[in-house]
Amino acid sequence: MRIAGKGLINRKKPVSFTFDGTVYSGFEGDTLASALLANGVKLMARSFKYHRPRGVLTAGSEEPNALVTIGNGASQDPNVRATVQEIYEGLEARSQNRWPSLAHDVMAVNDLGAPFLGAGFYYKTFMWPKAFWEKLYEPVIRRAAGLGALSGAAVTDKYERAYAHCDVLVIGAGPTGLMAALTAAEAGVDVILAEEDSVLGGRLLSESGEIDGVPARDWAEATVARLQGMANVRIMTRTSVTGAYDGGTYGALERVGHHGVVAADLPKECFWRIAAKRAVLAAGALERPVAFQNNDRPGIMLASAVRSYVNRWNVAPGKAVAVFGNNDSAHDTAADLLAAGVHVSALIDSRPDATTDLPVPFYAGAHVCGSEGRKALEAVSISRASGIDKVQADCLAMSGGWNPTLHLTCHMSGRPDWDEAIAAFVPRAGMVPGMIAAGACNGVFSTAACLGEGAGAALAALDGLGVEAEMPALPAAEARDYRISPLWAVPGKGRAWLDFQNDVSVKDVKQAAVENFRSVEHMKRYTTQGMATDQGKNSNVGALAVLADATGRGIPETGTTTYRPPFQPVAIAAMAAGSEDKGFAPERLTTSHELTVKAGAPMIEAGLWYRPSYFPRSGETTWRQSCDREVMHVRQAVGVADVSTLGKIDIKGPDAGALLDFLYTNMFSTLKVGRVRYGLMLREDGHVMDDGTTARLAEDHFVMTTTTAAAGQVMSHMELITQGVKRKLDVRFTSVTEHWAQFAVAGPKSRELLNGLLDAPIDGESWPFMACGDVSVGGVKARLFRISFSGEQAYELAVPSRYGEALFAELRKRAEGLGGGVYGMEALNVLRIEKGFITHGEIDGRMTAFDIGMQGMMSKKKDFYGKGAAARPGLLDDERPQLVGLKPVGVVKQITAGAHLYKDGAEAVRENDQGYVTSVGFSPEMGSFLGLAFLKGGRARHGETVRMVDAMRGVETTCEVCHPVFLDPEGERARD
Amino acid sequence: MRIACPLCGERDLREFTYKGAALALAYPSEAASAQEWDDYLHNRDNPAGPTRELWYHGSGCTSWLVVTRNTVTHEILAVELAENAEEASA
Repeated sequence: MRIAGKGLINRKKPVSFTFDGTVYSGFEGDTLASALLANGVKLMARSFKYHRPRGVLTAGSEEPNALVTIGNGASQDPNVRATVQEIYEGLEARSQNRWPSLAHDVMAVNDLGAPFLGAGFYYKTFMWPKAFWEKLYEPVIRRAAGLGALSGAAVTDKYERAYAHCDVLVIGAGPTGLMAALTAAEAGVDVILAEEDSVLGGRLLSESGEIDGVPARDWAEATVARLQGMANVRIMTRTSVTGAYDGGTYGALERVGHHGVVAADLPKECFWRIAAKRAVLAAGALERPVAFQNNDRPGIMLASAVRSYVNRWNVAPGKAVAVFGNNDSAHDTAADLLAAGVHVSALIDSRPDATTDLPVPFYAGAHVCGSEGRKALEAVSISRASGIDKVQADCLAMSGGWNPTLHLTCHMSGRPDWDEAIAAFVPRAGMVPGMIAAGACNGVFSTAACLGEGAGAALAALDGLGVEAEMPALPAAEARDYRISPLWAVPGKGRAWLDFQNDVSVKDVKQAAVENFRSVEHMKRYTTQGMATDQGKNSNVGALAVLADATGRGIPETGTTTYRPPFQPVAIAAMAAGSEDKGFAPERLTTSHELTVKAGAPMIEAGLWYRPSYFPRSGETTWRQSCDREVMHVRQAVGVADVSTLGKIDIKGPDAGALLDFLYTNMFSTLKVGRVRYGLMLREDGHVMDDGTTARLAEDHFVMTTTTAAAGQVMSHMELITQGVKRKLDVRFTSVTEHWAQFAVAGPKSRELLNGLLDAPIDGESWPFMACGDVSVGGVKARLFRISFSGEQAYELAVPSRYGEALFAELRKRAEGLGGGVYGMEALNVLRIEKGFITHGEIDGRMTAFDIGMQGMMSKKKDFYGKGAAARPGLLDDERPQLVGLKPVGVVKQITAGAHLYKDGAEAVRENDQGYVTSVGFSPEMGSFLGLAFLKGGRARHGETVRMVDAMRGVETTCEVCHPVFLDPEGERARD
Repeated sequence: MRIACPLCGERDLREFTYKGAALALAYPSEAASAQEWDDYLHNRDNPAGPTRELWYHGSGCTSWLVVTRNTVTHEILAVELAENAEEASA
């Protein structure tokens, strides 16, 4: 019910929205919770486990009960707190976890079974038969218990990630935070003030006191105006700081587009990483409920929430409100209600010595011990020495005291201290380096003390930054002592709720203690207390107090559970913003990409690169037909392939040769200018890291190629060698992978093709195998390397990338003119398998030069990286797997990659394993499948037959072991 | 976490990759014994306290850095270029 008053709602701007299909009206400035209450809607949700009717408990982000689903389809957001959601025109909200409707939920039958559904129920009940858990129990439980559901559709809303930097980050904009921000800002440092609410002021917006002789809310407004006018202050509203991390890094979630008035290009949420040299935590405190029988009926809420609804939103949460507490907040609440003209039916204070001047029925030394009503509160029972009184109330405001919001101070493994005087945990100093807790989150509750602590914390932060500043004059404000007498659970029968969101009662926690789950961490997991989306913000301290009592320990000895980020739920979409799709794996495209795709070639991923699988021609119906043809083009005419994806590293300097000598197992300093050499690189542990060719373009200038996959790894490896291991080399290098477009021209007609294209023709004598040098193509300076990954007479022609596309088109046309064509990865793979050339399929990080038969490349004349480790006895064992070739000789003429090898006739079990197949291709020239494999002691077993079993695909055959070079073992074709 | 790169200044953790103990810089000589190789390749201290480790500023200046970090508090005590670090063998 809306009442008169000057709250923070704009009565000139009505806003209509729907809840479960019914249209309601609120005002600009309302949250969904305040607008529903204003419309008399108290039942907002069903509880997680027992489907009990629930209303709103709080007025803030800690809300456990009033969770709703907002929106539809792909942009559906489940579990949105009605206390945080601002209303806007056309907002659609729905209740959750009920069927068929919120008012008539058939699953409420669970509540009748409550005596059987307590703590540990799942663990004890769904034990057997074992198979039933997955098939029966879990699906049924999941359907019966739960929160809101995701849409199942991929997210279409925009989310963003962003970074911010500041000298001082102030977290929270209540009296402490405002004072801290102002003090820091006036000293001239860069300040970020982050506030989770849409309006700055914190509790000042909901309470009725004065600061400096004006209403506190006006002081807040004036202070905010001052801050807004300062260029060194950035105010971030609707921004929850969610975590404190190493090095002054803070995570924060900004709700950018949840209130319906965003521009089209703004995201729904933005996840910030804020790097702050210093931080002031001014997060305030959260009021805690009191556990008593049926303390969860709609209409029962925290006293602080009642004050917020009355003062900030001008909503009377009931016609007759009872107020119950163990501290002065209850009295303040009753006073505010009376001032707003709301009937207070009782004020109950558990402190026997409490007094009041308020004109209300007053019960000192009494407790609320029960409630009545079905879907809304109707009456409360009050127990006192003389007996039990029943008082009519459709709303109960309760205050069990305040817990400092110290969560962030514990995010780096810190633990808080118990402060007996305020019956609450308070932060220990210095738990997050550079962060100072101040005000209510530091256990200081009067407005005057908060203002002082805010200014003091800012001064300490400034001091840490080396900035001198003086304590500002503090505004006058309320300076009352906080008086509390601990009250966690009112004794009595029935279920008294601690954790509203996970339906955990006092009885459950006691049961955990009885079953010896005495550690607070065990109790938490056994009862699920504090494990819901609210992370037990209302219930953790109460639950551990009950546990402490049940186990006969004090609260400090019982301790708290661990506080971990995030402080508020953060959508994965926000945290991962920018990392989806291409943000996760950017595409690297070659210069021939467009023409390749136009040619109908299916593309495959090679790291981040995209490469053609094969180039289908008309009449070809399977990839094998295309692949076989492309292979034969290379073997009989000429083929062209884009090999630009190989890593290219340009190396210059007097010591370039010396560096290569140390990087590669074989010698490079002796390589002649104008020649190319194949090299093998080891890791420090003696295993093969990568291979490739390196060309010497001049005495002090080399260009290295790496495999596509290892380009980055080789680059950082070279940085490590030159910066850390071989420091004094006079050499510089840089990656030029993207700068050059490079194409393989392979086949007996490759020279013929090139000679039609190059400005000056070449011949076999002046350009022998492994020669390199500059050439000219249509006036463009290019590089030519006579190297071969196919075993044929072959060249690689490199031009600056801007000419890549044109060159590819020209090469393709000319190859086709000579009876050949372009070829893709499938053909490239077959060509290299026929020649026994290795890729990372073979050098997978576990292989030594000895394993792949390249022990001869390990120079004895010099040291090289990995040499010492490669000589370790275990790596030279004859029984190690060694590279071999395989030909199928059984009934089945197929080899499959990944299949394992066994001795002929041996059972295919792990103990008998002899090796495995790494690469397979069908050779059209030989009319057979060929395989490369690693076989125990394989080099001595050529001619032997082995059993090949692919358990995954169900393929089995017999293979003959042979030399891994199947074709032209003398290498005559490449030298032709 | 933030690392103050001597060349680039204080930068976010995401620009760096971790390799392991700075010991990797102390590459043994060719004639080193099997035990020395074992110590270099495999044997590592696991201190609760300051430790020297190698980080690569791959999204920045491509420097290899030796970062002295307290494993208990995650506090970064020192950052230097690997080329100035004491571990290096040559």
